[in-house]
Amino acid sequence: MSQTTVQKPIDKILAELKAKGIIAKAESESRGSLDVTKDKIIEVAKIMKEIGFDHVIAVTGIDFPEQQKIQIVYHVSSYSVEDLQKIIFAIKTYVDYKDPSLPSLTQIWGSAWTGERETYEMLGVRFEGHPQLSRLFLPEDFEGVYPLRKDFKIKLEGLFVDKPG
Amino acid sequence: MEVEVVPVQGELNVGPQHPGSGHMRILVKLNGDIVEDCELDVGYVHRAVEKLGENRNYMHLIPLVERPAILDSIHMNMGYIMAVEKILNVDVPERALYLRSFAAEVNRIASHLYGLGILGIFLGHSTAFMWGFGDREVWLQILEALTGARVTNSYIIPGGVRRDLTPSIIEMTKKAINYMRKKIKDWEKIFLKNPTIMDRLQNVGVMTREQAIEWGAVGPNLRASGVNFDVRKAEPYAAYSKLDFEIPVYKEGDGYARTLVRFEEMEQSMRILEQIIKDIPEGPILADRFLKQIPPIRMKKWVQGQGRIVLPGYYASFRPPRGEAAARVEASRGELFYYVVSDGSPKPYRLRMITPSYRAIYVFKNLCKGARYADIVSIYGSLDYFPPEADR
Repeated sequence: MSQTTVQKPIDKILAELKAKGIIAKAESESRGSLDVTKDKIIEVAKIMKEIGFDHVIAVTGIDFPEQQKIQIVYHVSSYSVEDLQKIIFAIKTYVDYKDPSLPSLTQIWGSAWTGERETYEMLGVRFEGHPQLSRLFLPEDFEGVYPLRKDFKIKLEGLFVDKPG
Repeated sequence: MEVEVVPVQGELNVGPQHPGSGHMRILVKLNGDIVEDCELDVGYVHRAVEKLGENRNYMHLIPLVERPAILDSIHMNMGYIMAVEKILNVDVPERALYLRSFAAEVNRIASHLYGLGILGIFLGHSTAFMWGFGDREVWLQILEALTGARVTNSYIIPGGVRRDLTPSIIEMTKKAINYMRKKIKDWEKIFLKNPTIMDRLQNVGVMTREQAIEWGAVGPNLRASGVNFDVRKAEPYAAYSKLDFEIPVYKEGDGYARTLVRFEEMEQSMRILEQIIKDIPEGPILADRFLKQIPPIRMKKWVQGQGRIVLPGYYASFRPPRGEAAARVEASRGELFYYVVSDGSPKPYRLRMITPSYRAIYVFKNLCKGARYADIVSIYGSLDYFPPEADR
C-alpha cells in the first residue's frame, strides 16, 4: 500500500510508553495493560497522566493466596483527549501478604479515592498517602477480617435442603 | 427562663433513615448554615455482590448483578453479559443487538423519570414526584411485556436476548412515545420553568469541567459540566454504531444543567426507539452456537412459535477459558464498568463492578463542601445518586 496507514491510538500509546522505557501490551484496539513494580508505580502513573489518561475508572484487588500476593489493577481512561476516550488501560502491580502496602495514586488521580478506600477495607492493602484511609462500606465492628480475600469463606446454602429427621 | 444558645459550629447527622438521604448517612460539619466538611457514610445496603460473585456460576449471577440498581437493571445486566461474552468470545446476532438497545433505552427513560421524581420530592415538589413515578409506569409496562418481569428483567443472556419483540409491544412503544412527548411539555411547564425549582437548582453544586474530570464524574453529571463523553459514542456497543442520536452537553455544571441533560436524553432515547422500531433486522435472537443446542420440539414450540428462548443446558455451568475482560456500558446514570477475571472454573475468580453511583460518592462529597445546608438535598437529587447502586 502506498498510502500511509493511520496509526491506531493504542499503538501510539504503546510507542510513547516504549520511548520512556515502559513495556506495555495491547489486548485489543481499545484495551491495553502494563505490569509495574510497586516502587515504580508513581512514576508510571505520572507518565500515563501526561499522555492524557485523566481519570481512574476502577481500583481492583485480586487475591492470589497460593502465591501470598494481592494483585492491584488500576483501570484508567480519558475524558479530555478524544482519541483516548475509547481506550481503557490497566496498570497492574502486586503487593506481598507480608507487607500489603502501596503508594496511593490519589495525588495523581483524585478519582482513585473511592477505589483505594474500598480495596483497603476489603483486602487489607494500605495505600500510603491516601488522605482518608478509613472504612467505607463495612460496619464499624468488622475488625481484622478482609472479606474479599479468598480465605474468607461465606456460608452457602445448597440447592436442595434436606429436611431434618 | 434560660435560653439555650445554639452554637455556630456543629455537627449534624443526616440519615440514614431520613427521607432526604435514602439509605445513607451524611455527617455534616456546619458553620452557620455553610457545610464546612461532609463525611459520607455509605454501606447501609451493601450486598457484597463482588464476593457472592466468586461463589456463583456465571448464569446464576445475572439476577444478582441486577439487584443493586433495580431501576436500571437492563444496563447492569448488559454490562456484565458483555464482559462474559468477551471471555467466551461469542458473536451476537444483529437482531439481538438491536433488541438490547431497545430494552436499554426504554430502561433509560424509566430511570430518568425516577430520578426526576426523586429530585422533585427532595425539593418539596410533590407533583413532579407523582408524575415521575406515574410516567415511569408506562415504560415499565413495555419492559414487562418484552421481558416478562417488571424490574429485575434478566433479559440479556450470553449470545443474545431471551425474548423477541412482538407487534403489540411495538404498538405500545409508539403510543408511549406519543404520550411522553406531550407529557414532556407539561413537565417543562410545571417543573423545569418553575421559579422555585430554578432557584433551588441554578448555581447550586457547581462542578467545573476540570473538577468533573479530576473527580471522575460520569454520565449526565459529567456532560452537564461540559465534557462530551458518552460510552455509546466513544466505544459503541449493542446497535449504537448504527443509530443516529445526539449527546446533550451543557457548560454550566450546576444542578439545573444536570437536570436538563437528563431531560434531553429522554427525547434522544425516544428518537433511538423510533429508529429501532423502523430498522430492526429480521433474524435469530441468539447466537447460532447456542440455538443449535435447543431440542427440536422446544425449538418449534417456543423459539419459532413465540419468540422465546428456552435456555439450553450449556448455560447451567459453562466454563469459560482463562482470561480477563473489561466491559463498559453507558447506564442511565453514567459509565458502568465490569472487570471479570476467569480462572477456567464455572465461577468467576474475581468480579469487579464499578457503578455510576459508586463513582458519584467522591463527587458528592466534594460538591457538598462549601454548599449551604439546605442545598445538600438539591445536590443529592441533581446528581441522581442511588445509594444501593453505590453500595452494591
